[in-house]
Amino acid sequence: MTMIFGVPLAVFMGQLMLGLINGAFYALLSLGLAVIFGLLKIVNFAHGAQYMLGAFAALLGLQYLGLNYWVALLVVPLVVGGLGMLIERTLLRRIAHLDHLYGLLLTFGLALIFEGTLINFFGVSGSSYPTPTALEGGLNLGFMFLPTYRAWVLVAALVVCLGTWFIIERTRLGAYLRAGTENSALMQAFGVNVPLLITLTYGFGVALAAFAGVLAAPLYPVSPTMGSSLLIVVFAVVVIGGMGSILGAILTGLSMGLIEGLTKVYYPEAANTVIFLVMILVLLLRPSGLFGKEA
Amino acid sequence: MTFNKKTLASSIALAAATLMASGVQAQMSDDEVRIGYLADMSGTYRDLAGPGGLEALMMAVEDFGGEVNGVPIDVFSADDRNSADVGANTVRGWFDEENVDLVAGMVASSVSIAVTKLLEENDGLGIISGSAASSITNEHCTPNHIHWVYDTYPLANGTAKAVVEQGGKTWFMLTADYAFGHALEGDVTKVVEENGGEIVDTIRHPFPTNDFSSYILQAQGSGADIIGLANAGSDTVNAITTASQFGVVQGGQQLAGLLIFLNDVHAMGLEDTQGLLLTTGWYWDMDDQAREWSERYYERTERMPTMVQAGIYSSTMHYLETVAEAGTDDPETIRAAMAERPVEDFFARNGYIREDGRMVHDMYLAQVKSPEESTGEWDLYDIQATIPAEEAYRPLSESQCDLVNN
Repeated sequence: MTMIFGVPLAVFMGQLMLGLINGAFYALLSLGLAVIFGLLKIVNFAHGAQYMLGAFAALLGLQYLGLNYWVALLVVPLVVGGLGMLIERTLLRRIAHLDHLYGLLLTFGLALIFEGTLINFFGVSGSSYPTPTALEGGLNLGFMFLPTYRAWVLVAALVVCLGTWFIIERTRLGAYLRAGTENSALMQAFGVNVPLLITLTYGFGVALAAFAGVLAAPLYPVSPTMGSSLLIVVFAVVVIGGMGSILGAILTGLSMGLIEGLTKVYYPEAANTVIFLVMILVLLLRPSGLFGKEA
Repeated sequence: MTFNKKTLASSIALAAATLMASGVQAQMSDDEVRIGYLADMSGTYRDLAGPGGLEALMMAVEDFGGEVNGVPIDVFSADDRNSADVGANTVRGWFDEENVDLVAGMVASSVSIAVTKLLEENDGLGIISGSAASSITNEHCTPNHIHWVYDTYPLANGTAKAVVEQGGKTWFMLTADYAFGHALEGDVTKVVEENGGEIVDTIRHPFPTNDFSSYILQAQGSGADIIGLANAGSDTVNAITTASQFGVVQGGQQLAGLLIFLNDVHAMGLEDTQGLLLTTGWYWDMDDQAREWSERYYERTERMPTMVQAGIYSSTMHYLETVAEAGTDDPETIRAAMAERPVEDFFARNGYIREDGRMVHDMYLAQVKSPEESTGEWDLYDIQATIPAEEAYRPLSESQCDLVNN
């Protein structure tokens, strides 16, 4: 059997595959953060809570309204994104002219409120969300047994990531967005409704988090604390990729998933820390991040 | 002088009676019995004790009548947030300002060990119901605390032994990389090897871990009969859910969860957990007495109690009954008097408190039911065997506790 650094090739390939799937998750979540920071300059600490709300909305929708997975995948991001827009309109807008720190504190406070409220009603043990019937079972890839649902997560996350990158970097709407944040007074003079654009952008970033939440629901127990543990890692990914860089977030997310996956094979004790080590290195050598513009 | 012997005698008798009466009063410190409940009220371990454990404590106080020896029972609580520092500072405050008589609850082993040091310094009394580490009554024993519900020794001894006897000879250990996981892994390794099994590989994963797919894949690759989970709470839940997605059981391997609570199984559902073997100190549906109490508890909380929550009621009741009988709340006297009374109630069978502070009682080997076998939301376990109190816990002959004369 071919061995790679003492690990059979089949196992090695399997781990790369799993790393890629986790990476797709990181990419999807850090993409939302990057969009919000890149265009609005808000450090959205409620992102983890919004991801959790997505998973919870899917679960409650199934339990109380009988909404199936596919409906939830469409409806939940809209609902949670709408909640995001409400937050932007009523709260974030009031502090837009202040230092970034205020936005960070506000969104962090909101995250604690969402989490605390749900803990009060549902506890922390969480509940399981059934895998949709069409995606049950697994694929035999020869080197590993891959649950069909995880393959779907990889595809769905990549499609959404690339779609978002395309909209922001390659379409007229995206150009308006980028221009609006660069010089909003000038854009308004051209007759573009910049405040509306900002509300929609925040809503879109939040909807991405909620979409990731629905994708995660059948994988992990749905619990109020599921977002807070992930958020820190995702922030590290955004910092490594360069704050606000869309493509950077996607590529860094995927590669950090791979690095973490390999660490789990060769030195599992460090699996939770390896991303932060990379972050420290990047900050030392290239403070604006791998894909960030030089400050 | 018209002094009358009879008057003198009766005055002395009266004075003596008054003294005695006030003597009893003086035995109850500050005319109140003050119980502080310390637990994780908001984090990973919230659902196994948390607010539900406080409710069980309140229930015991209410069932007792709200007062003992004519003085009221006062209960207060705090969230230790699974931090030894926060827990220790809280209890220090309780000693300094609240005149706490009994510290109850206590979940994360690190918090409990820190608190027991304070109990010893302040000559207090604590009953630990939620923690797992067997070291709490071994190298960390003090004359000021009692460990009530379970510990890592019977967990390994019950589950691992049963699994090896059923043919699970080769083990792959998946261990939470901190003190509790290491302790459990050590106990399990000993039991597996003593019974003719073998540990083929061990992975120590960070605490907490969100995604277990990589570890499960490695465990599948090892070809071991059994994947032993020396972790707890959300880690165990995540590992079991992932194993189910990767078809571990269909592939011919079995999982052995070494510390699983009722709320974990309830959260994961029977589809993912059926057939799992586990060791528990108590189960709500194990007999009439347990059911009767649990139904009363359910009416208050709308959840069936975990073994920890039941243990909190049982230990509080035992404490209050001892205080009533001894006529004092002096910690040293009560600790000694509690050990003299056998513990026999809806929770504990053949229970008694050893000199190292361990409340030993019968433990149970349970198997998680299949969805077809289960008749209700909380009908989750099938009790398969009783592990007698004497065999379940670490024998005193192996104890490293200073209070035990070896």
